[in-house]
Amino acid sequence: MSLSKIKFDKKIVLSFWIILIALIIAAPTILPVFRLNLLGRYLSLSIVALGVDLIWGYTGLLSLGQGIFFALGGYCAAMYLQITSSSEFPNNIPEFFALYGVEKLPFFWEPFRSPVFTFFAIWIIPALVAGLIGFLVFRNRIKGVYFSILTQASLLVFFNFFNGQQKLINGTNGLKTDVTQLFGQMVGSESMQRLFFWITALLVIAAWFFAKWVVKGRFGNILIGIRDDEPRVRFTGYNPVIFKTIIFSIAGGLAGISGALYTVQSGIVSPQFMTVPFSIEMVIWVAVGGRGTLLGAILGAVFINYAKSLVSEALPASWMFIQGGLFILVVTALPEGVLGWIQGDGPRNLLQRFGLKRKIETYPSLEVNNKEGNNE
Amino acid sequence: MELLLDSLFNGVAIGSVLLVAALGLAIVFGLMGVINLAHGELMMLGAYTTYVTQLIFKLPILKPFYNSYIIVSIFLAFIVSGVVGILLEKTIIRKLYGSPLETLLATWGVSLILQQFVRSVPLAYGTGLVISLLIGLFLPTSFPSKIKESINFKYYKFSSWLFAALTGVLTGSVISSSVSKLSRASARNVDVTAPSWMRGQVEIIGTAFPKTRLMIIVITLISVIAITLFLNQSAWGMRIRAVTQNRQMSDCLGISTEKVDIITFGIGSGLAGVAGVAVSLLGSVGPNVGGNYIVGCFMVVVLGGVGNLLGTVLASFGIGIMTDLIGAGRLLSIWPDMPLPLSNTINFFATTSMARVMIFALIVIFLQFKPTGLFPQKGRMVEN
Repeated sequence: MSLSKIKFDKKIVLSFWIILIALIIAAPTILPVFRLNLLGRYLSLSIVALGVDLIWGYTGLLSLGQGIFFALGGYCAAMYLQITSSSEFPNNIPEFFALYGVEKLPFFWEPFRSPVFTFFAIWIIPALVAGLIGFLVFRNRIKGVYFSILTQASLLVFFNFFNGQQKLINGTNGLKTDVTQLFGQMVGSESMQRLFFWITALLVIAAWFFAKWVVKGRFGNILIGIRDDEPRVRFTGYNPVIFKTIIFSIAGGLAGISGALYTVQSGIVSPQFMTVPFSIEMVIWVAVGGRGTLLGAILGAVFINYAKSLVSEALPASWMFIQGGLFILVVTALPEGVLGWIQGDGPRNLLQRFGLKRKIETYPSLEVNNKEGNNE
Repeated sequence: MELLLDSLFNGVAIGSVLLVAALGLAIVFGLMGVINLAHGELMMLGAYTTYVTQLIFKLPILKPFYNSYIIVSIFLAFIVSGVVGILLEKTIIRKLYGSPLETLLATWGVSLILQQFVRSVPLAYGTGLVISLLIGLFLPTSFPSKIKESINFKYYKFSSWLFAALTGVLTGSVISSSVSKLSRASARNVDVTAPSWMRGQVEIIGTAFPKTRLMIIVITLISVIAITLFLNQSAWGMRIRAVTQNRQMSDCLGISTEKVDIITFGIGSGLAGVAGVAVSLLGSVGPNVGGNYIVGCFMVVVLGGVGNLLGTVLASFGIGIMTDLIGAGRLLSIWPDMPLPLSNTINFFATTSMARVMIFALIVIFLQFKPTGLFPQKGRMVEN
């Protein structure tokens, strides 16, 4: 993957921003609530895709376990909503506890009575868990495929744990947020969903700028260094473990925020967020959009999910074929993703192939070689 | 004592399913550094092969041999999964050589397609497709060398594929017209019933063991012995070991690494098929059957280390026995009067899913001390 990318024209960038902001402001009034809600969900998924891009596109760590952090964020948000709106239930605890004969709120849920704590927990807890898992794995120089497998295994472990613990977190049923109250309004109501859409859109842009800030400068250079040649980074005197752990926990935190936003917009968080396919899907959003391009991750997440809902509505059985084909296609034919292809040499090569654009002049020797090649 | 024996047997039974499933994965990973996420789906194909074989053996012509269908299906499953694996290697994995993470994603795509394929294509035509693949891939290689070297070989190849396609369609329609259960696609799970001689239990030293579990242990034992003999005694086994140790040097010495890759991948996938037969004896068979075992297999590969079958064997039996000890809460019955906090902890983990949690924690702790598994490859190298 080349570092040098064609810079877009300033006018294009400016008009892109104007269109984007106009769309975000206009969307809640144009779209029906159902579609708006879907768009909001996809936008929140694009935050987790940004995290995947940071660790995979920039640092070369393919994590198949981002669902853990996504679901943790979702559970934090959902539990806060459940607890604050449980005043009419027995013992002042969420309704489902009564089903399993639990009379007292488990101790680790106590702090979630406070909105401030929850606000921080949504991203700090996933980041801490990610940091811990990351540190234990990176410390031993476990990497590449081994890292991917271990993250997938830990995903399954978390899934089993959350699926099996009815008394603590309502097990396989998950936590509903639809009928809970926030600011005196139902979370599932139309006005709240509009609000969540705006919050999500703002947070996506914020997360984008944050990710841009992370990958630029020396820190970003080290990340790319780790991706391209880790031993060399180590021999130069840097400790890759620290950088990998930091970026992995940043991605975890982003996943947590994303999970919380997704939960309040979809109305439920359940262990289904921690299934293996969902976490691998996150990788394909980034792969299609263009890994190593932050905008690509966002666009990939939104468009693929949109395509998924369209195809699933029309032909439910064919989505698996399309998705499977997408995995194979993007890996074999389009390794840099769509945006990477556009920003790289892709369009020019395509135009050249049809003779629509003159070949660029490069080194004289190359030109000569090319001409010889043409004469033959 | 009896309890301990019981526990040991259960552990070995769990471990042997893991072992036969992980064996192929470990060999391929050792050779090519590639993790095949479609391995579980190759197992699934093996399990469905058992189902199809069973139904075909119920036809009047083959009815007298019905009891031996399970033996036949072991070979058929090996061939079916092996052929699909070879096709996978030839079309996708070869292109991604040297980028294991990309291979991981591509094989995941393959696994999705295979799952949906089983759901939406009638099994009879699936069988036909596999047969035509088999003929198409292997008929050209069996031509005499005179034809192979001739300039018209591509026409021979083309016509053999044509012949293969015809045979496939023909067998597909014959099977679908004669076995009604195979003529419609369905996403529902199917059941393989063991032949009568495999039902019931055997008593060994006062404890009853189910025969199907014993059969699985026998299948595993035979596969491990066969693979060990193949790797250590045959010429191609030697080549495979050579390429595993040093690919470039083997290439320089004239070993066709391409052929070695195909053979290894075929054998690894075939073993997944055999594992599928074992899995089909344990429960119902569905499109997702492979997914339940695949992560366990990965753990075996991580724990056992690369390029050593002994590591794979020890790791799978270790995980199997630990699963049983923790998951069934057997420690408590072996040592009834342990202190209360300890027994509470053990009770907390005494379900199958919580046992997985515990075992993963133990594996991560183990990797803190031995990051490259039980038997790491020796040699001086910085990375890679």
